[in-house]
Amino acid sequence: MKTSPFRIFFNTGAWAVLAFLLLPLLVVIPISLTDTSYIGLPKQHLSLQHYENYFSSAEWLGATWTSIWIGVAVAIAATVLGTAFSIGCWLISNRASTIARWVLIVPILVPPVVQSLGFYRFWVKLDLIDTYFGVILAHTLLALPYVSISVFTALANLDRRITQAARSLGASVWQTVISVIIPAIRPGMLTGGIFAFIVSFDEIVGVLFLTVRTVNTLPKQIWEGIQESIDPTIAAVATFLVVLSLIATAAVSLRKKTA
Amino acid sequence: MPRLNDQTRYWMLVLPALAIMVIFYILPVLGIWEISFTEPATGFGNYVKMTESNAVKTSFILTFRVAAITTVGCLLLGYIVAYAISNFVSRLTPLMMALVLLPFWVSVLIRSFSWIILLGRSGLVNDTLRDIGLISSPLRLMHNELGVLIAMIHVMLPFAVLPMLANMRGISRSYTDAARGLGASEWTAFRSVYFPQTLPGVFSGALLVFVLSLGFFVTPALLGGGRVLMISEYITYQIQEFLAWGLGSALSVALLVATALVLLIAARFVNLKSALLERN
Repeated sequence: MKTSPFRIFFNTGAWAVLAFLLLPLLVVIPISLTDTSYIGLPKQHLSLQHYENYFSSAEWLGATWTSIWIGVAVAIAATVLGTAFSIGCWLISNRASTIARWVLIVPILVPPVVQSLGFYRFWVKLDLIDTYFGVILAHTLLALPYVSISVFTALANLDRRITQAARSLGASVWQTVISVIIPAIRPGMLTGGIFAFIVSFDEIVGVLFLTVRTVNTLPKQIWEGIQESIDPTIAAVATFLVVLSLIATAAVSLRKKTA
Repeated sequence: MPRLNDQTRYWMLVLPALAIMVIFYILPVLGIWEISFTEPATGFGNYVKMTESNAVKTSFILTFRVAAITTVGCLLLGYIVAYAISNFVSRLTPLMMALVLLPFWVSVLIRSFSWIILLGRSGLVNDTLRDIGLISSPLRLMHNELGVLIAMIHVMLPFAVLPMLANMRGISRSYTDAARGLGASEWTAFRSVYFPQTLPGVFSGALLVFVLSLGFFVTPALLGGGRVLMISEYITYQIQEFLAWGLGSALSVALLVATALVLLIAARFVNLKSALLERN
């Protein structure tokens, strides 16, 4: 294809913007390898001291572990509830079910601080402040919109006649759901579950409002680290997370290519 | 009769999630309205205080300004990326797509932390500029609106790109080709034939970015260093420093109403259902 100023503008422009998206994420890597005790580029040589610090700190490891298992619990709860919800709405498909779907995506639109304020007051009444269950419940609510959207997208591609066929051949509602619908929408459920895990794993504002000392998640540990003293250990943790994301992105786009 | 029975069963699937959402989310958020009218005293006291306060006014104006500039920035940069991905076919297109999606996997906290490393007083940008002799004293790139805006645009950009991409994928090339065939220049064909067709995507992207920016907390709080008090941070400030729950709640209600108004106005230009409910 011939090049024109128009194409050159859009092409170089797009790459410049993508560099703006990617490069800032990568700066944590050199910082994490610094031999200084403050945030800065390595002065004399590369050092793994901040990684050592991470792996020998009960606080950092504990916070990481807490975030992982809370995330898994949230992913399971939100996927089960959200899948049942979306299948129900899809089968009903009337005005009331559309309203129900709108209700379920409200958490995407409400500002984080506002919803956390609401949680806080209610969680005090229920005595859920600074409990694991309280955080899991809050995160499940925040994750439900993402699960219901991705499961519903999968359902939208499913032919309604298939379920009608199952029903007319004598399958009950439950049998249809379990052996016809769920196998067909598994990719949507998986996407929803991964989204739910990420929502919980990254969530910070709710945790700041709802926890005191007992529950310490990774985002909270990072937040406090940034507020108090900017310790390069954060850069080491950030490097892990950025590298994990690079791997995840690569895996997803490779899978798409082969699919 | 069995039909009614089926409907009940379907609703039994819907109910658990719906009930939890209403009881533990919708009601607590509505409870904020009650607090705003009852604490510390019953009445409109908090709202009177809110409308009389200059600090509140400043914060609201700042919030809308930052959200608006972020939206415009994301649309301009995002449009270029979306256009290149959907119109130029090359081996690198999947890579471009992956780079757009990458930030979704990295938490906002980490992305803001990266910007702190870059933009701080002795951050990488200042150090580099000083080392090569371009500046003698560090530039103020952070703890001001500029720093907040740079980081906000970075965080929100994918939210602008994805709706525009979805829209551009559905646009047939034949219209632009026809315009070109009839003698329009590449630029004219883009401006008068292609661009108008992309407006629905531009509007959905704008709505998403603007609404999310209005209530944003993490990035402004970290990059603003207490000097760029957007309304979300102002609310936490009232509650944590002054225990002013009533005023904090009244401000939250105002922010919620502002968000709802934006959505209502947007509903005239954007198909909210396809922008929000049917998003991938």
